[in-house]
Amino acid sequence: MSIEANEEFKPKIVAFCCNWCSYAGADLAGSSRLAYPADVKIIRVPCSCRVNPMFILRAFEKGADGVILCGCHPGDCHYSTGNFYARRRMTMLFSMLDYMGVENGRTRVEWVSAAEGVKFSTTMNEFVQKIHSLGKNVRLGDLRCRN
Amino acid sequence: MQELIARAKELLADGTVARVLGWKAGDLPYNPEPAYFEKEEDFKDFVYNSFCGANLSKFMIEASKLEGKTLVCLKPCDTYSFNQLLSEHRVDRDKAYIVGVGCKGKLDIEKIKKQGIKGIKSISGAEISDEADTLTIDTIYGEKTCAFSDAMLERCHVCKGKEHKIYDEIIGESKETKDAERFAEVERIEAMSPEEKFAFFRKELSKCIRCNACRNVCPACSCRKCVFDSTKFDSSQKANVDSFEEKMFHIIRAFHVAGRCTDCGECSRVCPQGIPLHLFNRKFIKEIDELYGEYQAGETVVEKGPLTSYTFDDVEPGIVAERG
Amino acid sequence: MQRIGVFVCHCGTNIAATVDVAKVAEMALNEQGVVHAEDYQYMCSEAGQAKIQAAIKEKNLTGIVVCSCSPRMHETTFREAAERAGLNPYMVEIANIREHCSWIHKDVEEATKKAVILMRAAVAKVNLNAPLKPGESRVTKRALVIGGGIAGIQTALDIADAGYKVDIVEKTPSIGGRMSQLDKTFPTLDCSACILTPKMVEVNKHENVTIYTYSEVEKVSGFVGDFTVDIRKKARSVDMDKCTGCGVCQEKCPSKKTLSEFNRGLNTRSAIYTPFAQAIPNVPVIDRDSCMKFQTGKCGVCSKVCQAGAIDYEQQDEIITEKYGAIVVATGFDMIKLDNYDEYAYSQSPDVITSLELERVMNAAGPTKGHLERLSDGKAPKEMVFIQCVGSRCSDDRGKSYCSKICCMYTAKHAMLIRDKYPDVNVTVFYIDVRTPGKNFDEFYRRAVEDYGVNYIKGQVGKVIPQPDGKLLVRGVDLIDNKQILKEADMVVLAAAIEPNPDVRKIATMLTASIDTNNFLTEAHAKLRPVESPTAGIFLSGVCQGPKDIPETVSQAGAAAVKAIGLLAKDKLMTNPCTAHSDELMCNGCSQCANVCPYGAISYEVKEINDHGVRETRRVAVVNNALCQGCGACTVTCPSGAMDLQGFSNRQILAEVDAICR
Repeated sequence: MSIEANEEFKPKIVAFCCNWCSYAGADLAGSSRLAYPADVKIIRVPCSCRVNPMFILRAFEKGADGVILCGCHPGDCHYSTGNFYARRRMTMLFSMLDYMGVENGRTRVEWVSAAEGVKFSTTMNEFVQKIHSLGKNVRLGDLRCRN
Repeated sequence: MQELIARAKELLADGTVARVLGWKAGDLPYNPEPAYFEKEEDFKDFVYNSFCGANLSKFMIEASKLEGKTLVCLKPCDTYSFNQLLSEHRVDRDKAYIVGVGCKGKLDIEKIKKQGIKGIKSISGAEISDEADTLTIDTIYGEKTCAFSDAMLERCHVCKGKEHKIYDEIIGESKETKDAERFAEVERIEAMSPEEKFAFFRKELSKCIRCNACRNVCPACSCRKCVFDSTKFDSSQKANVDSFEEKMFHIIRAFHVAGRCTDCGECSRVCPQGIPLHLFNRKFIKEIDELYGEYQAGETVVEKGPLTSYTFDDVEPGIVAERG
Repeated sequence: MQRIGVFVCHCGTNIAATVDVAKVAEMALNEQGVVHAEDYQYMCSEAGQAKIQAAIKEKNLTGIVVCSCSPRMHETTFREAAERAGLNPYMVEIANIREHCSWIHKDVEEATKKAVILMRAAVAKVNLNAPLKPGESRVTKRALVIGGGIAGIQTALDIADAGYKVDIVEKTPSIGGRMSQLDKTFPTLDCSACILTPKMVEVNKHENVTIYTYSEVEKVSGFVGDFTVDIRKKARSVDMDKCTGCGVCQEKCPSKKTLSEFNRGLNTRSAIYTPFAQAIPNVPVIDRDSCMKFQTGKCGVCSKVCQAGAIDYEQQDEIITEKYGAIVVATGFDMIKLDNYDEYAYSQSPDVITSLELERVMNAAGPTKGHLERLSDGKAPKEMVFIQCVGSRCSDDRGKSYCSKICCMYTAKHAMLIRDKYPDVNVTVFYIDVRTPGKNFDEFYRRAVEDYGVNYIKGQVGKVIPQPDGKLLVRGVDLIDNKQILKEADMVVLAAAIEPNPDVRKIATMLTASIDTNNFLTEAHAKLRPVESPTAGIFLSGVCQGPKDIPETVSQAGAAAVKAIGLLAKDKLMTNPCTAHSDELMCNGCSQCANVCPYGAISYEVKEINDHGVRETRRVAVVNNALCQGCGACTVTCPSGAMDLQGFSNRQILAEVDAICR
């Protein structure tokens, strides 16, 4: 792949953010003017436990290059236990993707509180960088692995 | 088998049960199929031999809605599925009269065929009463033999044990057939490079014709309406209409049964394409064991499974990347 | 088919400087269902809202998307505007193109592209929105206050004065809390009992207040406006109606060896006891663990001497079940245990005491009748050393990371009182910083230093070593003079950190109120909603929310009361319509959803279902919409997808995903 092609690569990144902590953290990153690449698009969900692994797989199938899920820190969930379930579900999903030979760097979970605008921005910058290093998503587009 | 039939007839006659759920002979010597027996004369077709791999516990979902009790024949490993269905309120314990049937390992006709044995007329040595280590197969090309263990289903090599986890009575003896490690194959895949893993699954999953046999046979995949048949997820109905369903079916199916799958191995047994589908479920089982503590679905009737529980100190999903 | 209007806000230049707003509006017209799009300087202004309302009416819009600031800012504004124009408020979606776009990106082209995508996702979602109607739930006009210290008393009084019934549940035999243990209070040095006791009497006499002492909250169910609480009224072994409070039983009780909780274990009390003389109610309890009658069966002295016949050894715990509209937590604090700070010799010498123990020593009703004396030999001390920040502002996990806030002031108070009463006693204070923000606080501290000659040394104490002669060798450092200090002291007083009452975690779990790692209850918003828990209907009063002194506690107690009154004043509450809903045709009745529901909102019914002509009796999940808070945990656990979340449905989220990845 040429360097030019690399520069052209504009990853599509979906960030699911829980309404109470991470979405507010993203708002704080915004009001603190802490930049991160425009490749990241945020979808608001009430809680990280609302995110069905199907949503993540669907994003990949539709061409996403990376999906990140952000929620309240364990113990701080607005609904008290939602992120605990999300944590187990995502661990399972990531493990399965890894098992199938799909780059595990394309998925990530990060706990970001409403006060952590800096962490939100840093996380997104890191994640976008990681996706850049992985390049365009090919494998996750079809987990039935047909080609 | 005769003892089983005699007892079944007796329970039917005295009104304890209204019907018997067992297996009847198929059109070939190796394909018995699940069937109900309600009258004495029905039993002429009743069979129970080493080709009766089918797990009858799932049939009890429908049978629980019928009038009266159903006598259901469950092998030791089938009782795990029954317990799991009980945990999920899908079957009614009061509607089941469980006869734990003996099991000495079930056979996989595909394994016999793979040994080049074709034109099978009859097979002896597959009866439960026999202690034969060797199957004698009468074919149109003459008599052939095959070691019993070479013809066993994959799941029987990693047998969960000869103990029935739930029953009303037990007829016949069981044998533990375990001679292989349950997670060996999963570990072999885990040790591969990402490219090799991907190539492996691509090769296997490319065979899928989306016949839904795995889903239909699975006791954990027992939703009244499968999410893939629902408009609620936009993943609607027909196999070829929605590319999402087409592409993600097996991983989503594995996810839906994670923490609930008893590893009964029916998915792999019925797959007409021979895809080792149990390798998905067993990966989740292995992860759950390692990350959240040993757990065997269906061992007992429980309220919460590993994915509907948590601890404060659970590992983070990042563990997957960290351990490399 | 929806008829959608898209409204793009400039937010002055906040958005318009980085996002080509006109372009976003123009692009919106290409989206499915969009029949109207416009941009305007301030959509949230009167004029902006009027534009939205006009478009809704003129173009018969069925849904709108506002591309503006965060929905956390103005979602409610735009929903209300839509409602006034006759549109269901839940047909409004916000595309956050300010916080999530214009403010973090510099390149106009890039930011505009992103804004367009965010707009598309919102349009895709609103295409699938359905009008939602909030439910209604009733409000029980009664409040529960957990904790009967000054915070709980003040909150209860304020609620009761507003005309609502209040119940106080207090764990110990008397209300009064920590404040009742204090001698004098800063910065005015008035006696604690003199200002607290009248309040205790007032709350006890108040016709709207019921006090349950020696009682604990056992179970909480329900939700804002309609909580049901089980209160365990522990067996007092004394009939509250018969007891006259004469106190003879306590005098005559032969078992007097139990350490007094009220006096922090500095002296003992009888097995039948009231914690202190002004206790309310003035009815003793029998501590069954130390009572000889209960332990050996032989005694019964109290019963014999009680002329009123109030002693009842057979009394059982009683469970009182009551309904409440609001619950205020006022569980207060305790001092940390000093096990991790053995270098200060607290466990080795009775002359090393905590500040709260000193309060008891200084108090006329305390173990020394208010005489300052060493607890080891009863001698008057000549040298006293105070050590600040014992376990507060601690950087490792030995202590607490936070500042306990009250210690600087009470130490100044102690130092001043000692110097005032015993001018020959030298007082030295080792401190990290002296923190005195508060009305008249710094003046108070300066008086201690300037008028009373208290010796303040900036530096920490490394070790307190008990000497054979009974003295305490204090080894510290003076950071200003940069020198080691060795000081012989007669008494050492430790300003131990305060921590929330250890029971509060249990209570928080019952209330599903969030709690931080230090066991302080979390407020709904640190600045704007400081006395409310994120869990609706739960309010915070006093130190359970964070360290604070008496004036602050009383103000917060009043604030919590006002919030509770605001709730109780309503006859009905609107409930969040974004709740889970189960499709009974698809439900397996497998109970997985109920297993993950944090609110117990899901129950199961066995009912006849008509599934496309097939009639069947099935076990199906039913969501109580008043209990459901809409987290969505159930929706993901449900394998068939029967469980879905209104306002964040599977299809809506997938539509957003698709729009973003398009």
